[in-house]
Amino acid sequence: MAEVLVVVESGVKKVTLEMLTIARGLGSVSAVVFGDADTDKLAEFGAEKIYTASGDDVANHLVAPKATVVAELVKRVQPAAVLLGSTQEGKEIAARLAIKLDNGLLTDAVDFAADGTATQVVFAGSTIVKSKVTKGLPIVTIRPNSTTPVAAPATPSVEELTVAVSDTDKLAKVVERVAEQKGSRPELTEAGIVVSGGRGVASADNFKLVEELADLLGGAVGASRAAVDSGYYPHQFQVGQTGKTVSPQLYIALGISGAIQHRAGMQTSKTIVAVNKDAEAPIFELADFGVVGDLNKVVPQAADEIRKRK
Amino acid sequence: MNIVVLVKQVPDSGAERTLSASDNTVERGSASNVINEMDEYAIEEALKIKEAHGGEVTVLTVGPAGATDSIRKALSMGPDKAVHVQDDAMHGSCAVATSKVLAAALGRLNADLILCGAESTDGRVQVIPHMLAERLGVAALTGARKLTVDGAQLTIERQTDEGYEVVTAATPAIVSVWDTINEPRYPSFKGIMAAKKKPLESLSLGDLGVSADEVGTAGATSAVLEFSKRPARTGGAKVTDEGTGGEQLVAYLATEKFV
Ligand SMILES: Cc1cc2nc3c(=O)[nH]c(=O)nc-3n(C[C@H](O)[C@H](O)[C@H](O)COP(=O)(O)OP(=O)(O)OC[C@H]3O[C@@H](n4cnc5c(N)ncnc54)[C@H](O)[C@@H]3O)c2cc1C
Ligand SMILES: Nc1ncnc2c1ncn2[C@@H]1O[C@H](COP(=O)(O)O)[C@@H](O)[C@H]1O
Repeated sequence: MAEVLVVVESGVKKVTLEMLTIARGLGSVSAVVFGDADTDKLAEFGAEKIYTASGDDVANHLVAPKATVVAELVKRVQPAAVLLGSTQEGKEIAARLAIKLDNGLLTDAVDFAADGTATQVVFAGSTIVKSKVTKGLPIVTIRPNSTTPVAAPATPSVEELTVAVSDTDKLAKVVERVAEQKGSRPELTEAGIVVSGGRGVASADNFKLVEELADLLGGAVGASRAAVDSGYYPHQFQVGQTGKTVSPQLYIALGISGAIQHRAGMQTSKTIVAVNKDAEAPIFELADFGVVGDLNKVVPQAADEIRKRK
Repeated sequence: MNIVVLVKQVPDSGAERTLSASDNTVERGSASNVINEMDEYAIEEALKIKEAHGGEVTVLTVGPAGATDSIRKALSMGPDKAVHVQDDAMHGSCAVATSKVLAAALGRLNADLILCGAESTDGRVQVIPHMLAERLGVAALTGARKLTVDGAQLTIERQTDEGYEVVTAATPAIVSVWDTINEPRYPSFKGIMAAKKKPLESLSLGDLGVSADEVGTAGATSAVLEFSKRPARTGGAKVTDEGTGGEQLVAYLATEKFV
C-alpha cells in the first residue's frame, strides 16, 4: 500500500489528528515531523512511519527548507498524496512543493476522499466545490475542524531524514521569536466553542465579558474586524474574510452585526447564537437562537446562570 | 528602490459571488470587480517606501481585459506605471500557472522589492508569494504586519499563533502584507486625473514566452468537478430581553447540551 504523507503542524495540533484520520482511508500513514513532536500521539492516531527532520536549517528560515525536505521525500517514496494543515505554514509549504514538483494543489479542503476528490467551501461559506488535482499527486491542505479525529493505534518506525537545503532556501532568516501571553484557552480555529465580540462590546476593557463567557464554556475568544480595528482585541483573533475561518460546534456572536465578510469566517459553524440590541441585525438571519438586547445585561446574566448550573 | 506591486482584480467580497455554470471557473464577467483589498495595503506600503527612500513603483496585474479598471484605480493612489498581462488563453488558470506568468513578467521588471497582498479574497489560497519566490529564487517574507527597509536589508514582523516573529532578508525579495500593516490612502482628484495618463503596458503570453497550453483550463493542474450552493441558513428562535434574556440564552445552550 502506498504511503500517504501527513506534514505535522508543530506541537501536533488537532488538525494533525484529523489529517491522520483522513489519511488512514487513503493508504499507509507516514507523518513528517519538523523538530520535536509528540510521537506517541502520532502513533495513537495511526502513523505507521514517522519521518523527522530537525536542526537550525529547518527551524530558522520560514518554510523553504521544509518544502525542500518534503519534496525530496516525495520523490523517494512516491506517496499517494500529501496532506498539510490549512494554516499559513501548511499552505506555504504546499505552494513551494507544487512548484518544485510541477504539481497541482488544493487548499482549504474540508474533506478528501479516497478517489482524490476534495471538498472545499468557498465564497464566504456560500458555495461547496468538489475538485481534483489533475497534474501529479494530490497535495491538499485540510482545514481544522473538518472531521472528528478517531484513534487507531499503530507502532510506527522512525526515520531521521538528512536535511540538505540550498543557500536559496536560507535567504529568509528568523532572527527573533517573541512569545506573547497565551492563556489556557483553546486555539481559535480548533475550538469546539467560540465566543466572539464586535464593535458592540464598545471597549477593550469590556471584552472581559466575552472572555468570561468563553472561559465558562471552555471556548476560544474571537473578534470582528471592527473590534480589532478599534483596538479592542488583537488581530490574531479576528474571524472572517481577512481573519481566521472557524467552524465550531457553537459560535456565539456578541454585538456583531453579521456583515458578509464576518460570515465568511463563521458561517459553517454548527450552531450559531447571537446577542444584539438591534432586532434587524443581519446576524439574526443565521442565528439558531437570538437575543435582542443589550449585551452588557444579557452576558453577565448568562454567565451567572451558567455558574449556577455548574 | 525599484518596487513592483502585484495587484489582482477580484469579485467584490461584499457582493454575491459565484462560479460559472459553463466551466466551473470564477465568474469574473458579471460580478462587480474590485482591487483585491489586501493589495491596497501593498500599494500603500510601496508608496511609503518610495517616499522615504526614492525609487519607482510599478503595478503588475495578470487578469482579463476588464482588470484595466482596477489598474487605473491602483495608479490613482500614486504608483508610476503599470504592466497588465492579458491573454484570452489564460481564462481558468490555476495558481501554479498564474505564478508562472507572474514570474515571467517579473523577470523583465528587475524589481528589488516585490510587494503583494497576503491573500486574494476570491481564492484565499495564500500561495502566490511562495510560488514566486520558488520560481525566482528570491526570499519570501510573508504575512508582514510591519516592514522596515534599511538599504538592501528588509525586516518584517509577522503574527504567529504564539506571538510574533521577526524575519530578515536582503533584496531582491518578495514581501506579502496583512491589512494590519498600514492605512491605505484614498486617491485624490489629482491622482485620479494623473492616473489616466500614466504608462500602462499590455503584454500577451507570446511577449513573455509562455505558451498557451501551459495556462488556462488547458494547462490547469487542478479542476473543479462540480459546485453547488450551500442551503442558506435560516434564523431560528429570537427572543427580546425583558430581564431574563441571559437565562433564556443559557436554557437554549442547555437544550443543545453545551452547558
Ligand atoms: C475586504 C473586506 C474584508 C473584511 N474582513 C472582515 C473580517 O475578516 N472579519 C470581520 O468581522 N469583518 C470583516 N470586514 C468588515 C465587515 O464588513 C464589517 O465592517 C465588520 O464585520 C463589522 O463588525 P461588527 O459587526 O463588530 O461592527 P458593526 O457592524 O458596527 O456592528 C456592531 C453591532 O453591535 C450591536 N450593538 C452595539 N451595542 C450593543 C450592545 N450594547 N448590546 C448588543 N449589541 C450591541 C449593533 O446593533 C450592531 O449590530 C471586512 C470588510 C472588507 C471590505
Ligand atoms: N493574477 C494576479 N495578478 C497580480 N497579482 C496577483 C494575482 N494573483 C495573485 N496575486 C498577488 O498574490 C497575492 C496572494 O494571492 P493568493 O495566493 O491568490 O491568495 C495577492 O494579494 C496579489 O497581490
